[in-house]
Amino acid sequence: MDLLTFFMLAVPLVLFAAVVILHPSPVYSAMSLVVVMSFLALYFFFLDAHMLGWFQIIVYAGSIMVLFLFVIMLLNLQNDPQEHQQPSLRTASRIGGAVLIAELVFLFSRSSSSEKAAAELPEGFGTVVALSEKLFTDFLIPFEITSILLLIAAVGAVVLAKR
Amino acid sequence: MAPISYHLILSGILFTIGVMGVLLRRNTIIIFMAIELMLNAVNLSFVALARHLGSMDGQLIVLFVMAVAAAEAAVGLAIILMVFRNKETINADELKLMRW
Amino acid sequence: MIDIAISAILTVFILANIMNLGGLLLWVERKGSAILQDRIGANRAALLGKLPINIGIINTLVADPIKLFTKEDFVPPNADKFLHWMAPILAMVPALIAFIAIPFGDILVIGEREINLQAANLNVGILYILGMVSLGVYGVVLAGWASNSRWALLGGIRASAQMISYEIALGLALIGVVMTFGTLDLQEIARAQGHMIGGVLPGWGIFYQPVAFFIFLTAGIAESKRIPFDLPEAEAELISGYFTEYSGAKQATFMLVDFLESIIVAGLITTLFFGGWQVPFLMRDGLHLPGDIFYPLPSLLVTLVQHGAFVTKLAFFCWLQIMIRWTLPRFRYDQLINLGWKILLPIALANVLVTGLMILIFQA
Repeated sequence: MDLLTFFMLAVPLVLFAAVVILHPSPVYSAMSLVVVMSFLALYFFFLDAHMLGWFQIIVYAGSIMVLFLFVIMLLNLQNDPQEHQQPSLRTASRIGGAVLIAELVFLFSRSSSSEKAAAELPEGFGTVVALSEKLFTDFLIPFEITSILLLIAAVGAVVLAKR
Repeated sequence: MAPISYHLILSGILFTIGVMGVLLRRNTIIIFMAIELMLNAVNLSFVALARHLGSMDGQLIVLFVMAVAAAEAAVGLAIILMVFRNKETINADELKLMRW
Repeated sequence: MIDIAISAILTVFILANIMNLGGLLLWVERKGSAILQDRIGANRAALLGKLPINIGIINTLVADPIKLFTKEDFVPPNADKFLHWMAPILAMVPALIAFIAIPFGDILVIGEREINLQAANLNVGILYILGMVSLGVYGVVLAGWASNSRWALLGGIRASAQMISYEIALGLALIGVVMTFGTLDLQEIARAQGHMIGGVLPGWGIFYQPVAFFIFLTAGIAESKRIPFDLPEAEAELISGYFTEYSGAKQATFMLVDFLESIIVAGLITTLFFGGWQVPFLMRDGLHLPGDIFYPLPSLLVTLVQHGAFVTKLAFFCWLQIMIRWTLPRFRYDQLINLGWKILLPIALANVLVTGLMILIFQA
């Protein structure tokens, strides 16, 4: 990914992520999160993760966020001017955010001082074949555990909603 | 070529926005969305590192994160629905029955 | 450079044609429903006063669009103006661009150059179309929310729950097909259906995956929100659901999106289950009849016949969806959700399991 592409994707990512947490209307927040996820999918394409890019669109943008919108509409959440924020928490979040960001930027930029060129990509990197070969050999047990987790989640959601 | 640190810093910024969202907002659904944002930020660094190291392992972790996020969204939103049905609010400040 | 020009031409060709087909389907729907219900149907507007036979084509394809596009574009006073304006676009774009991954012919040979008759040759075409179908929900849901009307909101809620539920059955039906052909590339899937089973039966997907076909057809109709699954817009209960508060060109957009989604479903059914552009016994070099009879045919003729076969199959499945729409009554909402989760989902899962077993047996 060259620098121009990076900034063309990074700037909207950060802007829309900020809209997610700052916009008073939950629907606008959810829609900006959809935009963030679509841009991330594009980002993944440029990082040679083609399959993951499509999964990002289908799973995150297409299913999880529709579920969020469904709940927001079901509860008919409007802009909430009463959503009062304790001043102490607000200050804490600002200070905490500043400290966290400074720390992360410092650490990540330091770690690149041992800058290595990106490794050569093996044949078929990021394709269905490469991904599924790994998934069904090296990662078979995590894969099975995840399927059980999904089953538990499905049962849990049904039980919760039925009560 | 954007160096790997750029991707990681972007991931850090997105993660921090998510953390601030959790602290700033009192609407449970928005807090939940901020958590999803944090998960996505971490996914980004996994994918960038997978590309940097030329290994598929990072991408597979992201696949698992997505599966877990889907499960989390289903259960979490069901909980939010139940809370709203019982308490008529999803404001995190008013849900303090368990607080001592 | 020339490659880009070719894909641009193919894309424009596809987009223009499916827009045309969308308009034609509107006519087929209105006139076809009239025939089914023993009415006369649209027959008011005619060219030059009176024509001997008035089949209503001027009415639906010229007069109606003019009426719709010159109507007042009304936005309810308490609506969210921005999202109200965005929603038709968000509904339209995914439905329009989804079709470019569907192959509409094999290879067109012009001089030295071989052109793959598919606007975008994606190696994960199925995932691309699934992604676009799942993004199509937003237009509908936001239209329901932004209108700030109860009927529209109810329509939007119904749409979001229905689309998520049926996407799962749709995806699982596709997994059976993908397991059979071993690829996510739609052009490869179409090519894999060229052989003959036992020399007489075409090797189309429906003979390998009959169950998946019925699940896909059902879930596909539900995804395109048409009767018997038109709960989001049920005009008897919700006026017209999520687009109650839309008028003029925006309403026309939503109606067109409905038809575009039917066309995508028909295109996918054709490609996955009915051989796409394949014609039985017709290969790239000519006609291979049973008993080793071989008629060589020019390449251009073969391509044209194959393209014609694709269009015919596509038109047939569009027509089939319209006939289903005017034949069946509407589901109740709980019946709809029950059908999706308790009937289609288990059958689709069992289909995946049986497909896997079959592959194991026949490979061993």
